[in-house]
Amino acid sequence: MQFLDSLEPGEHATIVDFETEKLPLKLIEMGCLPGNKVCLLHRAPFNCPLYLEIDGCHMAIRREVASLIEIERP
Amino acid sequence: MAHFLKVALIGNPNTGKTSVFNALTGLNQKVGNYPGITVEKKEGSCRLNRTTKAHILDLPGTYSLNASSMDESVVIELLLNRNNKDFPDVAVVVTDVENLKRNLLLFTQIKDLEIPTLLVVNMSDQMKRKGISIEVEQLQADLGTQVILTSMRHQEGVAALKEALVNYRQLPTTPLLDLETIDADYFSRLQKTFPTESLYKLWLVITQDVNFSSLERKRIQAASDFKVQSDAVLKRLQQKETIKRYQIINQTLKQTYQVDNDAATDLRSRIDRILIHKVWGYVFFFALLFLIFQSIFDWSSVPMDFIDSSFAQLSQWVNAELPPGLFTSLLAEGIIPGLGGIVIFIPQIAFLFLFISLLEESGYMSRVVFLMDRGLRRFGLSGKSVIPLISGTACAIPAVMATRNIENWKERLLTILVTPFTTCSARLPVYLILISLVIPERSILGINAQGLTLMGLYILGFAMALLSSWILKSYFKTTTKSYFVVEMPNYKMPHLKNVGITVLEKTKSFVTEAGKIILAFSVLLWLMASFGPGEPFTKADTIVREANINNPLTEEALEAEIASYRLEHSYIGILGKAIEPVIRPLGYDWKIGIALISSFAAREVFVGSLATIYSVGSEEETPIKNKMAQEKRANGQVVFDLATGISLMLFYAFAMQCMSTLAIVKKETNSWRWPLLQLGLMTVIAYVTAFAAYQILS
Repeated sequence: MQFLDSLEPGEHATIVDFETEKLPLKLIEMGCLPGNKVCLLHRAPFNCPLYLEIDGCHMAIRREVASLIEIERP
Repeated sequence: MAHFLKVALIGNPNTGKTSVFNALTGLNQKVGNYPGITVEKKEGSCRLNRTTKAHILDLPGTYSLNASSMDESVVIELLLNRNNKDFPDVAVVVTDVENLKRNLLLFTQIKDLEIPTLLVVNMSDQMKRKGISIEVEQLQADLGTQVILTSMRHQEGVAALKEALVNYRQLPTTPLLDLETIDADYFSRLQKTFPTESLYKLWLVITQDVNFSSLERKRIQAASDFKVQSDAVLKRLQQKETIKRYQIINQTLKQTYQVDNDAATDLRSRIDRILIHKVWGYVFFFALLFLIFQSIFDWSSVPMDFIDSSFAQLSQWVNAELPPGLFTSLLAEGIIPGLGGIVIFIPQIAFLFLFISLLEESGYMSRVVFLMDRGLRRFGLSGKSVIPLISGTACAIPAVMATRNIENWKERLLTILVTPFTTCSARLPVYLILISLVIPERSILGINAQGLTLMGLYILGFAMALLSSWILKSYFKTTTKSYFVVEMPNYKMPHLKNVGITVLEKTKSFVTEAGKIILAFSVLLWLMASFGPGEPFTKADTIVREANINNPLTEEALEAEIASYRLEHSYIGILGKAIEPVIRPLGYDWKIGIALISSFAAREVFVGSLATIYSVGSEEETPIKNKMAQEKRANGQVVFDLATGISLMLFYAFAMQCMSTLAIVKKETNSWRWPLLQLGLMTVIAYVTAFAAYQILS
């Protein structure tokens, strides 16, 4: 299984699943849903936080949260 | 009689909701608080047509009706309570054309509350540049609403919006999502129990932890019986609901919303490449801060000097023109110097709010949050602590409130505890007057030494905030997992009208709020300085004259001697004398002691207090700075020398001298424990550092 925190800057992937219990609802409301495309735009120094584009919406999240999101590379 | 329509503006943050509000109301707006809580309440009025006026409420920005902060709870509480006096006749959901999909999530929720709802698609001027096209007719039909395209930058769509508001009764109120498709069993059971209620409203009552009016409470408590399910099950249902909503939105947008990606020239990625660069990003940020603080010091010095000398002249004029007496003395020695102490603030505060609102409007603030998160976590803070720490340079009160969007409680609490260390604008006049007294006007490496000192004081404030957070963080056990989601909005050219209104409103409310306290204290100080107990005060004249009978003094010197003797034996003098032993090791005399005591109400009272104290009994009206420079100790040395000046600056940098901040911390943390900890800790740090500085320098 691959997780969102393993993406390299510029890399695209598709969200497959996430840990329902732990993932904050707010992230889902911002479009982090299975089937949506995700792209890692930038990583801040020391690899955290991650600047993502998910389904056209731009946001930053921390590595720990990103590691809860399962992805599939094309 | 004109008909009053109640309108609520609702929308995600960064959608230009405030621009819409400003375009509708202009300067007919006022900012207050929701009763009992500190969430800012913005309302205004506008004329829709000849017979209809509208009362417009700008609700706090929210991503959804699932509240995660107090600001968001306000929105739900209002929309669920038909008995609320602000309950809207019509809701206007403001969306940003580029983020329409995400913004529509909130729209579908509002729509399901069965309130007539209009959809404003804002920033439509961006459509061409971003290659976006919208089928408005189809979108209206699918969402059961009226869609209005607006561009506040070009003042487009305002007339159409007003017209649509007038005709709000034509808007359909049918819900978009059938909740029974999420979990047929659960939701049909719920509906059967409350057949007359809207299902979505019941669902919100169950999932949201908000206060309701007493009328509805009974019904709601019955509904809460449905909470028997575990939190995990509820959360799963909420996730399912969100997914269902996105399915509806995707279905709708597929046919009505097209983006031609090739046409989208991506300004964002080009600017991001520099502004969040590993090296240049930080260089840019710190250079910007430096520039801001230098310009506040430079630009505001001219109007400040002008205000200072104008008030001194005004006092002089009052003294000369009005008949002598208690009233003239109250006016010239109490009220006018006190008012001067607040008006002198206006230039710096306006500049500070100008810069902060430019940073926020342009979208740059989120980049700073992104850059600083990792570094600040080392100190137990969050990247989002940057916003309170920076807005703390204006005032700690809104800064403490701005911590609300920090999701993690420990990070939020630490931010609240250390934010008062940042140099708020109330410290600025104290610093400015002390710097101009004790730091020579030289330039070091082409930089103004006075400006450099001021910059140093700001850095000191931030450094102490970080240091104390780092020390405090190990005392807090963390149980919740840190979660952090921050939207990275598009870069926008700041909208000048918005910035202007923000600066005006914030400065105005700051000056009136602080002004009330300062004025009250000035009058109180004047009273306490103009009266005293017993003979030493009432017979000061004879006592001093008799004591100097063999002393050949000029009449002028004798007058000064009497005035000083009288002040010493007034109520305020006695109070100042009482605390003198405690503050003498810091280099302060009893007059500074008085200013310190009165500063506890608010720091900015310092300058006004000294102005009042030095004015009482003195005939000539010179600017406060000259009076301070002339003050002598008993041994003939000037009071405000380098050691005392630095010691005072350090005391003001670290001491918790703001009752309003303590009150807000109590409110936000819901406990007296934290404000008291803050008060104790900050006072100790202030005393120790001021003591050390004075002992070393003198």
